[in-house]
Amino acid sequence: MKIVVTDRKGVEHELEAMEGWRVMEVIRDWGLDIKAECGGACACATCAVYVDEEWIERLDGPSEEEETMLDTVPDAEVNSRLSCQILMTEELDGLRVTLCPSSRSEEAAA
Amino acid sequence: MSGNEISTDVVVIGAGPVGLFAVFELGLLDMKCHVIDILDRPGGQCAELYPEKPIYDIPGYPIITGQQLTDRLMEQIAPFGAQFHFNRMVSGVDKLADGSFKVTTDADEVFVAKVVVIAAGGGSFQPKRPPIEGIEAFEGKSVFYSVRRMEDFRDQDLVIVGGGDSALDWTLNLQPLARSLTLVHRRDVFRAAPASVNDMKALVADGKISLVIGQAVRLEGEDGNLAKVVLKTDAGEMEVPATRLMPFFGLTMKLGPVSDWGLDLEDNLIVVDTARFETSRHGVFAIGDINTYPGKLKLILSGFHEAALMAQAAKKIVSPEEKVVFQYTTSSTKLQKKLGVV
Repeated sequence: MKIVVTDRKGVEHELEAMEGWRVMEVIRDWGLDIKAECGGACACATCAVYVDEEWIERLDGPSEEEETMLDTVPDAEVNSRLSCQILMTEELDGLRVTLCPSSRSEEAAA
Repeated sequence: MSGNEISTDVVVIGAGPVGLFAVFELGLLDMKCHVIDILDRPGGQCAELYPEKPIYDIPGYPIITGQQLTDRLMEQIAPFGAQFHFNRMVSGVDKLADGSFKVTTDADEVFVAKVVVIAAGGGSFQPKRPPIEGIEAFEGKSVFYSVRRMEDFRDQDLVIVGGGDSALDWTLNLQPLARSLTLVHRRDVFRAAPASVNDMKALVADGKISLVIGQAVRLEGEDGNLAKVVLKTDAGEMEVPATRLMPFFGLTMKLGPVSDWGLDLEDNLIVVDTARFETSRHGVFAIGDINTYPGKLKLILSGFHEAALMAQAAKKIVSPEEKVVFQYTTSSTKLQKKLGVV
């Protein structure tokens, strides 16, 4: 199965994904720039992505814990999600997300 | 040398789990440590990012939270009397003529140590900077991530962004001083203390502050002097006259001054060897998440192993004449005396 990730320059990357992997792990393992400093614990909010409109309704909604962490994403939009909280399943084959500026590994800190 | 210097065997930079365990391993070999950390308490990521999150891969603990692990480590290293210096960032590590190191902090302290151990994880925790174009130019003049002097906000048009305790506390504290105050948050749910949320809502009801559900997306102004903040809301963009902006999105890690210390780096990680965990500078070691070597895994338990081997190598620098006999805590009365258990 695959996910399509648009990077911060607008370039699309089709990435091989595996069932049970977190979307954050797929992005990171293919070498795209994502800070994800807590490693997937829903504790840092530095792995946020924008989920394509057509896909946002097909995902299970964020937990209250994830919503709370999304409060600390400075460029959060209504379609923002933490990519460490989206687990790959067959249903998500073809998922399209865009990396958001605040999840870059550099320049996120003042 | 001036009288304000602190002389010690080892300066440990970073009070996360690996820095704390380094105190233990160094202590067993009779080395005295001073530990410096930018946070206000020990624990590093374990304390700042996930104090309540369970960790499942610490040997001997099927489950332990970040805070519990920190507390147990503090208990374990207590016999060695390390001195902690919190709320400080190490700014410089310079080699002196006699081979020791001068370590300086942003609190103007000077430590002289025979060995420096960098256990700084992902670097130092810094406020998250919103990715708003040109925000850097306003920082320190109109954009602030903390309050040093409340007077800086008197008679200002203040915009505060965030929904946690910092955002709410400063909204409540600065409202009486500010000319106007707009609180901006992405949703109408606040994770701050309920009492603060109620007080904030009362101010909104009284017309003393404005609450906007949305996000700051653009800044307007000149020469670092802010004039307007553009907010994005469900109803479209709106402009708020503003002379001060305070974003409160929590902390994130930044390598910071470590990159200026003349160490070989690879992808912002410090390159070390796997026998001594020494950097490209003799006498400067790096352990835990901040180092890299072939096969490196960013695990707390790997950092513990690295601390043990580092301590053996550090001992040869601190006490070059002393012959070190490898001993076990289970059988060595000497070690047990150091631990205060016999």
